[in-house]
Formats: sequence, C-alpha cells, structure tokens
Amino acid sequence: MYGGGNTFESVKFEGLENEDPQKLAEFEARIERGEKIEPHDWMPQLYRKQLIRMIEQHAHSEIIGALPEGTWITRAPGFKRKLALMAKVQDEVGHAQLLYSAAETLGKSREQMIDDLIEGKSKYSNIFNYPAFTWADSCFISWLVDAGAIVNQMANARGSYGPYCRALERICAEESFHLKYGHHCVIHMATGTPKQRQMMQEAIDRWWGPMMHFFGPPDKVSVHTEVLMRWKVKMASNDDCRNQFLDMYVPKIWELGLTIPDPNLRKNPETKKWEYTEPDWDEFKRVINGDGPCNKERLAVRRVAEERGKWVRQALLRPKTEYVTPLA
Amino acid sequence: MNETALKELLYKVADDQLIIGHRNSEWTGMGPLLEEDIAFSSMAQDKVGQSQALYQLLHELGEKQPDTIAFTRNADQFHNCQLVELPNGEYDFSLIRHFLFDTAEAIRFDMLTTSSYTPLAQLAKKIQGELRYHTMHANTWIKQLGSATEESISRLQSSLDKALPYALGIFEPSPYEQELIAEGIFAGEEALKAKWTEKVTEVLSQTRLEIGDLSAIDPKFGGRQGKHTEHLQPLLDEMSEVFRIDPAAEW
Repeated sequence: MYGGGNTFESVKFEGLENEDPQKLAEFEARIERGEKIEPHDWMPQLYRKQLIRMIEQHAHSEIIGALPEGTWITRAPGFKRKLALMAKVQDEVGHAQLLYSAAETLGKSREQMIDDLIEGKSKYSNIFNYPAFTWADSCFISWLVDAGAIVNQMANARGSYGPYCRALERICAEESFHLKYGHHCVIHMATGTPKQRQMMQEAIDRWWGPMMHFFGPPDKVSVHTEVLMRWKVKMASNDDCRNQFLDMYVPKIWELGLTIPDPNLRKNPETKKWEYTEPDWDEFKRVINGDGPCNKERLAVRRVAEERGKWVRQALLRPKTEYVTPLA
Repeated sequence: MNETALKELLYKVADDQLIIGHRNSEWTGMGPLLEEDIAFSSMAQDKVGQSQALYQLLHELGEKQPDTIAFTRNADQFHNCQLVELPNGEYDFSLIRHFLFDTAEAIRFDMLTTSSYTPLAQLAKKIQGELRYHTMHANTWIKQLGSATEESISRLQSSLDKALPYALGIFEPSPYEQELIAEGIFAGEEALKAKWTEKVTEVLSQTRLEIGDLSAIDPKFGGRQGKHTEHLQPLLDEMSEVFRIDPAAEW
C-alpha cells in the first residue's frame, strides 16, 4: 500500500445544487446509518467523480511506487531479501489491479485511467517522484512509506463506498507483512556495520522531507471538506494522519539509535500532539505539479511499458465481447 | 554415489533457476498488462526459491552457503545455459524463452523425481508441483498469441527462430552423462531433449508458429562449462552490488 487518495487534488466542487434533493437526502441518511454504497446504487455525480479520482490516484501510486522499489529487486543482498522484496512489490502491483477494478465499478475503464496517468492528467503519490539511491532507501520505503500509507488506508477502509472498502481490507492484510519486512530490514541496517548504519541514516535524512509531505498540506477545513467528510469519502484530516504516523513511528526510529533531521520534532506533553518544522510546501507544490527529481522518468517508464505492451493487449481483444464492469 | 557428477548436475540446474528467476523479476512494473507483471513475479519467486533449495543441497554436500554461492561467483563459475542469461528483450522474446525453457525444466524435474539421490528426488517432487503452473501459463499464452494477430504471430515466430539455438543449448551434454545415467541420478540430456522436442512440437502445432527442422540448428553450447554471452557478468554485477559492499554483513 503506497498512497492515500485523499492527499492529492479534489474534483471541482460544483453541480451539487442540481441533484434531486430527496434522493440526496436518502443517500446521506444511508451513509449516516453506516451503510455502504454499492456500484448500482444512486449517488451524487460529485461523489462518483471524487471517488473515481481518489481510487484511481491510489491505484496509480501502487504501480508507480513499484518502480523505485522494483529497481532494488535485482540488487537485493541475499536470498532472503531478494525473495521477500519480489513478493512485496508483486503485492503492490496486485493492489493496483484491485484498485483499478474498484474504480472501474464507477464507470471509468482501466485503460482510460492508465492513459490519464501517462498523459500526466492524473496524479499519484508525490513521494515516488524522489529517487531511491541506495538499498537503505528501499528499506525506508518498505517500512516507513508503507507505514504512512497504512495510516491513510486504515482510515479510508471505514469509508462509505463498498468496493473501495473491501479492496482496502484485503490490501491492509497484506500490508502488515510489508511493514514487518521493512522494519526487519531497517533493524539490520541500523544495528549492522558502521557502513550499513551510515547508509540507513543517510536514507532517513533524504526521505524525511518527502515523508512529511506524504500526508498532504496542513488542513484548511472548507465547505468541500465538510461535505466529503459527511459522505465518508474523506475520513481523516491530513494533520491527524501525520500526527498519528509520528506518534507510532518516531519512537521506533529513535529506538534504533537513528536520528531525524528536524531539531524541533517533539511531542508536546500537554497537547499530546507532535510539533515539527513545517516541510517546504513550495517544494511539495513544485514536485506534485511535475517538477520533481523523478516525475519525468517515472512517467516515461510507464509510458514505454504501455507502448511496448500494446501489441499484446491488442492480440487479446475479442471484438465480439462486450465490456463488463469487474465484480468488486 | 559419484559426488562430482551429482554436484555438476546440481550446479547447472540451480544456476539455471537463479538466472531465469532473476530475468523474470525484471518484468516487475514493466509488463504489458498488470496480470503479466504479477505472473512473471510469481514465477520469479518460485524459480529463485528453487535455486536456493538446490544450492542448499550443494551446501549439504560440502559446498559453501547458498548466499555465498549465488552472490559471489563470477560468470565463468556459473553453469547455466546461455538461454536464461539473454536479456528479456520484448515480451515476445521473454514469452518464447519462458515456454522453451520451462517446458524443459518441467520435464527435467519430472525425471528427477525418480533420482537415486533421495534428497534431490524429494525436492524435485516439490518443484514439479510449482512448475506445473509455469508451463500452464506459458502454454496458454503461446496458444493465444501464436494464433491471434499478424503482429503477434510474426513477433513470436521471429523470437522463436532467435531462441531455438540457445534452447538446444539447454541439453549440452555433461562430462558425466554416463555416470549420472548408470547410477540412476539423472536419465540424461538426450532423453530430456527427446521428450522436450515432442512436447514443444505438440504445443506449437496448436498455433500458427513453425518450429522447423531442429537437427539443422547449431546449438549454442558452452554455458555448462562456464562460457557465457556478454550478458551474464553485468547481470551478476548488478545482483551482487549490495551484497559485495560487505559480504560478511547481515543485510
């Protein structure tokens, strides 16, 4: 599990006034009662659009996230790591498959989604626009990026759209293994030779900023956010997710004798909230809008894979069969 | 038991599994569709796991630890056939290689289930079960793409023509063929090649692909004696890049 859909961009918030007020009231009452919305149920256009965007971005994050980690499969040191990392990255691609299916139930095909990704019309988790220079970087991703994603996804799994929730439940079950794998790798690095320890510390220094960006900009509660929260599309605020992550993982990082490159990072004993230096949000905006260290490379790899595989997909087409939305 | 002959057999089979598994894993994130990414990754995990188990048998015969054997040798110390070390190329080449190689390895492990060396026979039974799915995957795709569009058929045909000399290199005779056969350790490369030819021909006959006259092809031998293409050493350098930072460290 790689990214939380709620941290990227939202749809344009308009058209809600055109919805049938009675149907809208029934829809909201169902969600209020804790019922799940299923693909063929009535739903406001905005709900549909926002969910497609969110699930699609989550799916993209899984396949793009497979790239920085995937490059370390062929370099993983020893059988144990090589086998585990292959299985881990394979899980992530499998998550993309599940998520694309969940999004397809809302009326957008996988092909359209992937086209939007490689044409740059659709976003994915910003953190994968940074390079994984060393083995230690891949250990950081497996442990802490996955941990951050779990925080987001556990919240989203309590959302209102049935197929997304069910996909997330399966995804979360696999994620618990990724977390153990990543933690195990980091423990070995942090308690290993001086060289290994140095590699791990450098990875943390490199990745801390992007990790803080991961949960999205500080909350500005707007009318949109309120509606999305009422519809159980957005389940937790960015700051709450960030705080929960810090609470769970900063002590574990410190426990290994590693340091975090933020002198202001501390838990306020009175508020029980973490205080930290705000990461560079201008950099976040620049990178998410396409100007990060790896944006072009990541999309280029994906584009080449799509182009090279086109003849295979064409050869599989059955001209007489009709498109069927997957079960989810 | 002729231990030298047995070790030679184990090394070449283990090296085949490791190198093809490594190549398969390079498809992660790059497949023509997500389902193929996932399938190649599954097969990669099986094959790398199988190589580890075979190196473990070697370790029990007095060789070094599996990690040391796999991550510290140079190309001239590897005994895999050249077919498995060739770069993945386009999906058509990877698929054809997968079909040609996996058909041979599935038959090889079927044969090894009756090996007189019990630890190998037991391991072969486990591996045989895993490989059944690999050949099922290969055959399904070969039948589908080998009969679909003009492009898919011509791509597969051209990759088949390119891969066949290397595929015949799988069956490069061992210096110990007679000993292996006589002691019932392995029924030999000639027997394997005959069964392979029959199976490959049978599957291809259900497609529009032509296998041609195998006896007219000059096999690419050498891999079993440590002679490799220029592609193996860079693969090994990449594979051991992190391990070599400190081979004594625990990663």
